[in-house]
Amino acid sequence: MSSSLFSKANVALLKAPLGLKNPITVLVLGICSSLAVTAKLKPAIVMALSVTVVTGMSNLVLSLMRKTIPNRIRIIVQLVVVAALVILVDEVLKAYVPDVSKQLSVFVGLIITNCIIMGRIEAFALANRPWPSLLDGLGNGFGYGVVLVVVGFFRELFGSGQLLGYQVVPASWYVSNGGFYENNGLFIMPSMALILLAILIWIQRAVRKELVEE
Amino acid sequence: MNKESNSYIFLYSTVLIVVVAVLLAVAATALKPAQLENAKTEKRLQILSAIGVTGSVEGQQDKKAYVQALYERYIKEELVVGWDGLVRSSAVAFDLDMDQQLASQKRGGEGQFSVFVARLDDGSQKYIFPMAGAGLWGPIWGYMALDGDLNTVYGASFSHKGETPGLGAEIETVEFCDQFKGKRLYDGGNFKSIAVVKGGAQGAYQVDGISGGTMTSNGVQQMIRESLSMYVKYIEQQRKGLGDE
Repeated sequence: MSSSLFSKANVALLKAPLGLKNPITVLVLGICSSLAVTAKLKPAIVMALSVTVVTGMSNLVLSLMRKTIPNRIRIIVQLVVVAALVILVDEVLKAYVPDVSKQLSVFVGLIITNCIIMGRIEAFALANRPWPSLLDGLGNGFGYGVVLVVVGFFRELFGSGQLLGYQVVPASWYVSNGGFYENNGLFIMPSMALILLAILIWIQRAVRKELVEE
Repeated sequence: MNKESNSYIFLYSTVLIVVVAVLLAVAATALKPAQLENAKTEKRLQILSAIGVTGSVEGQQDKKAYVQALYERYIKEELVVGWDGLVRSSAVAFDLDMDQQLASQKRGGEGQFSVFVARLDDGSQKYIFPMAGAGLWGPIWGYMALDGDLNTVYGASFSHKGETPGLGAEIETVEFCDQFKGKRLYDGGNFKSIAVVKGGAQGAYQVDGISGGTMTSNGVQQMIRESLSMYVKYIEQQRKGLGDE
């Protein structure tokens, strides 16, 4: 009945969202937060990790509950469970790792509204067993994380000349220091994130023709 | 019981809500003491940050003890003053919530405001004033440290609850806070406060805002003016006592 913990099918659940089933570039979920938190790389990484943990956990919990949930209040139940999980995690962090919690507190609201979480619950967790659901949640979190890191990388690099807060573009290059370079202010704006995402989707579809619809 | 029947749905929702509510309530209550301690440590750290004496807090094993020791070393006095500038002794200065006190003052009541007096290693005295205000998405707060002349800014620290990362949230960064060093609040006897402007800040009464974080920057400007005007009378009286400018 149950295959091994890391059978081919289960490993595929972890790997597929990194490419052909990427939640952002293919399923087009979670766009809002990928615009909001990628102005700098560090919040993008924190957000990616948080979404991964929350998607995994909520997939797991809801998969365990799946046979008991009445159909008519399905979405409400999902919302309650996800919200409760996120709040619980935040409370524990605030008590024991306050520095992490401070960075995360900004995102708490954003995580709950991330379509990826509800999307994967609906599409997978409610119809599959707990362990595969956990893997699916984690896999989608990683896929989301990869895109966020890429977008955050370019936005911080060109928008602020920094990476993870470290000055990468040499200070002497800047016009204010007698050079020729100016940070590209457009990269700090969310609209640029959207453009970068579009470029990513374009590249992915050019490389993997099977994604292009007939 | 039929999973789709009305009575099952009713029962299920009730049980779910009760379980979640109990879980969250228990967690919040059990974790509260630890969270309050962390909040206190954070507040001490921000006050110390305004006078630039946070040391190497990042790598500390016991952050709480480290910050407490630093706080006791530098902060010599915690005063409570009213809008009339008179020193009160009724409240514990550290525990006063600036946001609540400002609201209290607005309602016509007696707002009580804390002042932290610090003594640095070189013997000089600095005055640290808490500030509270509103950013774009939630509350913002900070601490303004003034030199002994109660006019020149020695340093400032800012914090926020939910401003946009990379934009409004940048008010917390060293780069933003450092701008305040050397700025002045008074022009002669006039309380001018400090303006947060878009590009090209000039002179002793302006600093640059955050690109893309205009709303938060405006909030900071408003906060500085509103909070520090609560201390105007106190500062006047202190200056008279010192007999300068």
